Amino acid sequence: MHLPPLLLLAAAASTLFIAPPVSAGDTSYSQIARGRYLVHAGDCAACHTVDGGQPFAGGRAVPTPFGKIYAPNITPDSETGIGKWSDDDFYKAMHYGIDRDGEHLYPAFPYPWFTRLSHDDVSAIKAYLDTLKPVRNTTRPPQLPWPMSWRGSLAVWNKLYFQPGAFQPQAGKSAEWNRGAYLVQGAGHCAACHTPKNFLGATQAKQSLQGSDAGEHWYAPDLTGDLRDGLGHWSQADIVEYLKTGSNAKTAAAGQMAEVIERSTQHLSDYDLKAIATYLKDMPAPASAHEQESRPDQQVMNNGAGIYLDNCAACHMDGSGQPGVFPELKGSATVQAEQPDTLIHVVLAGAKKPETEGKPTGLQMPSFRDKLDDAQIAAVVTYVRNAWGNRAAGVSADKVAEVRKGLRNGGG
Amino acid sequence: MAKKLPSTDVVLVGFGWTASILAHELTEAGLQVLALERGGFRDTVPDFATTYIQDELRYAVRHELFEEPARETMTFRNSMDQVALPMRHLGSFMPAAGVGGAGVHWNGQTWRFLPSDFMIRTHIEQRYGKNFIPEDMTIQDWGVTYDELEPYYDKFEYLCGISGQAGNLQGKIQAGGNPFEGPRRRDYPLPPLKRSYATAKFEQAAKEVGFDPFPCPAANTSKPYKNPLGVQMGECTYCGYCEWFGCGNYSKASPQTTILPVLLKKDSFSYRTGCDVTRVNLDGSGKLARSVTYIDRQGKEYEQPADLIILCAFAQHNVHLLLVSGIGKPYDPASGEGVVGRNYAYQITSSVKVFLDDILNPFMGAGALGQGVDNFNGDNFDHGPHGFIGGGYIALWTTGGRPILQTQVPKDTPKWGGGWKKAMAENYLTSTEIATHGSVMSYRNSYLDLDPTYRDVYGNPLLRLTFDFHDNEHKMSRFITGKAAQIAQAMKPRSWYPDQRSGHYSIVPYQTTHNTGGAVMGNDPKTSVVNRYLQSWDVSNLFVMGASVFPQNAGYNPTGTVGALTYWAADAIRNKYLKNRGPLVRA
Repeated sequence: MHLPPLLLLAAAASTLFIAPPVSAGDTSYSQIARGRYLVHAGDCAACHTVDGGQPFAGGRAVPTPFGKIYAPNITPDSETGIGKWSDDDFYKAMHYGIDRDGEHLYPAFPYPWFTRLSHDDVSAIKAYLDTLKPVRNTTRPPQLPWPMSWRGSLAVWNKLYFQPGAFQPQAGKSAEWNRGAYLVQGAGHCAACHTPKNFLGATQAKQSLQGSDAGEHWYAPDLTGDLRDGLGHWSQADIVEYLKTGSNAKTAAAGQMAEVIERSTQHLSDYDLKAIATYLKDMPAPASAHEQESRPDQQVMNNGAGIYLDNCAACHMDGSGQPGVFPELKGSATVQAEQPDTLIHVVLAGAKKPETEGKPTGLQMPSFRDKLDDAQIAAVVTYVRNAWGNRAAGVSADKVAEVRKGLRNGGG
Repeated sequence: MAKKLPSTDVVLVGFGWTASILAHELTEAGLQVLALERGGFRDTVPDFATTYIQDELRYAVRHELFEEPARETMTFRNSMDQVALPMRHLGSFMPAAGVGGAGVHWNGQTWRFLPSDFMIRTHIEQRYGKNFIPEDMTIQDWGVTYDELEPYYDKFEYLCGISGQAGNLQGKIQAGGNPFEGPRRRDYPLPPLKRSYATAKFEQAAKEVGFDPFPCPAANTSKPYKNPLGVQMGECTYCGYCEWFGCGNYSKASPQTTILPVLLKKDSFSYRTGCDVTRVNLDGSGKLARSVTYIDRQGKEYEQPADLIILCAFAQHNVHLLLVSGIGKPYDPASGEGVVGRNYAYQITSSVKVFLDDILNPFMGAGALGQGVDNFNGDNFDHGPHGFIGGGYIALWTTGGRPILQTQVPKDTPKWGGGWKKAMAENYLTSTEIATHGSVMSYRNSYLDLDPTYRDVYGNPLLRLTFDFHDNEHKMSRFITGKAAQIAQAMKPRSWYPDQRSGHYSIVPYQTTHNTGGAVMGNDPKTSVVNRYLQSWDVSNLFVMGASVFPQNAGYNPTGTVGALTYWAADAIRNKYLKNRGPLVRA
């Protein structure tokens, strides 16, 4: 390095006096690497990084049924980020949902799941975040109506719905199963989308991972062993391939899950993905059988079949798709989901497969928004949900209109 | 005054097939690569979405994906004693504009040239004697052999996921494939496309008259495919909208469906659209290229310096850029000296229209769904008795049955009104045609230079094309059209008629976009612009890609050979040029 003496001095000064907190304490490379891995596993960037923005500088609006909450800056900036936070401060936030000033955090921040993380893992995450470039960025306050706007209300919420506590391995289950449970229940916070919530946004423990409205007209499907709209027909390898590459022989991710795979699960180790699959495959289907929906009107089915042939069959063939390229619709959990939102959303807006290391193509389905009207989409979606042995409730044109309106208003 | 931009390692002029291949190869070699494209960006979704791409009026008739002659064109004349006039509408050929180039709108007919094509002069002289080649025919060997190119043909075919049937595996002739093809190291990556009924009829008829039919190689996927870069393609749906259209089903190989998903993720690659490159600027010595000048859509002029500059534009545009930049000695047809613009060539096409009694369902087609015979291509037959050089394939393609441009009615049908309608209704489902795709040799008086009169929007002289068909080509085309007619008759049609070219070449009716030459490759700087590695003899950090390097044209669609040559050049740049920058061949 050939720097003029003055610059050299400045460079030395910066290391000596204005050093970022990277060098502090006992953080080692392996701990930082582990933290980085967990930050991927937790998909922290989903909320804390704005598209095209500085990593983890916050600012992304997280929609909740009550209003928007803006994810904070978690870079080590001392004024606007978490630069002044100690490891204990950080642990308190992750474990109890309480920030450095003692204020309650909104559970849009998934502390109800992060509380399951071990103290060591939380410290590793903090160690990694400390290595980030500090970015000065003040994020906006939440836009919530009273009483949610009053953070004190969260104490009540926590009392009702939140149980802090690190993950406890379940005796009698394999190490792999327990690792999977730890990832699904902890960092992965899968239930945040996949478990139904009550009117106050709290997940219903009894219906754990049985599928839920994930907002923005996406429906997060059932992850239990249900044969119709769950993972009952998926092998462990199917789950691993899906999380690693964004698709498998049965389906392809779209929407929010496509983002989760791109940013999070594709970066997980094969061991961890297998562990997740082992855990999920051990979840029995809910005892309550599906309601016997009445068969859709034959005329609607006939219309739907015609529309399908003209618009869908080229790629999705006779419901069997093209293996590994265009998803199979026959037997698909997404297609037969309790709520048809994802299916309608995809037909209206199109969809793009995740672009992953293993499958970089990002194959896309075009939008049919301008080509098919509400009744036509209702017919074809009803058809797809009930053709080739599929079974699910029919879809009305009003439902399609509702999703269309929602998408036009900026959701999804 | 052009704004000077920061330098980069490699600038590619154009962003079609050749640029995409080079960009991938050279970024793999660790270089920073920038592509400058005159058109816009487009991708399968939303630009070619199945929800609206099947629009014949918009794309095939109104030329949505092509260059606009109001902005860019050339002048044309048949012979040196005429005054050339500007081509104001696209006609005989259709250069594409936009990312992916012609790779977006092509049919996907992906051939290898014959081993003898690459050493045509040596081969003809050996077999028929020196006097067999007319004095004004300026054909020459390529400077590269089929065997040298074979690995690169293979690489391009596996990139694209070509559907086909091998005819010659490592020297062993394979039943059902093209027995005349050069030896290939392995089979095509995908099996042939499903047959159309018309191609099945053709196959039977061709066998009856003693020819050797085979499924034509297609860059339309017969099965889902994952290429060596990990890029995935879907199975062709035979929608019949390949040529002039982008593919909405990820089934036709194009830069978008084979390379861009990987290339566009690389930090070392970038591209700019709406950039008309107007000059390659040389340094003081005149032996090295320093930069390119381009003008963006706002009319702003920029100078983009680079260590390595590669021309990847459409064939004539590469030549135009060399001429306006003063690189290489312009060709002078009077003296026969000079090289830039020399040996422009084209192809001569014909067809035999066939009207059958069977329902053929022509609308179920794919751009390269065809059955061909190669018995009369190149030097696959004895030319001695015929007195011409060259040949072409004969094929029945079922590319589609689009309502405006892909219909035919028997000869002497009225051109409009009730009679025409009746004939159309009677013949749409039952007619087809057998095409011939003939080579055109290069001649002393077929060339490109700068027009003395007409200028483009930037004030640069237009390129001037001087070209006509010669007797050799008419003779050859009549010969192979006769062979096609033999097959047609064996199909037992209710009626048939040949439709072949006669007289002078016209730039008005569409024929083929297989324009070649003008910056030809070779082993002698007196007769070639680039050496066997496609490197300029005069400016060693300048390379030229594409069909402008073909010394004469063969009886095949050119893209397979363009792809192979690009991989061949990329290999030379990576493994020879980058280790020792300078001329790769000593003049």
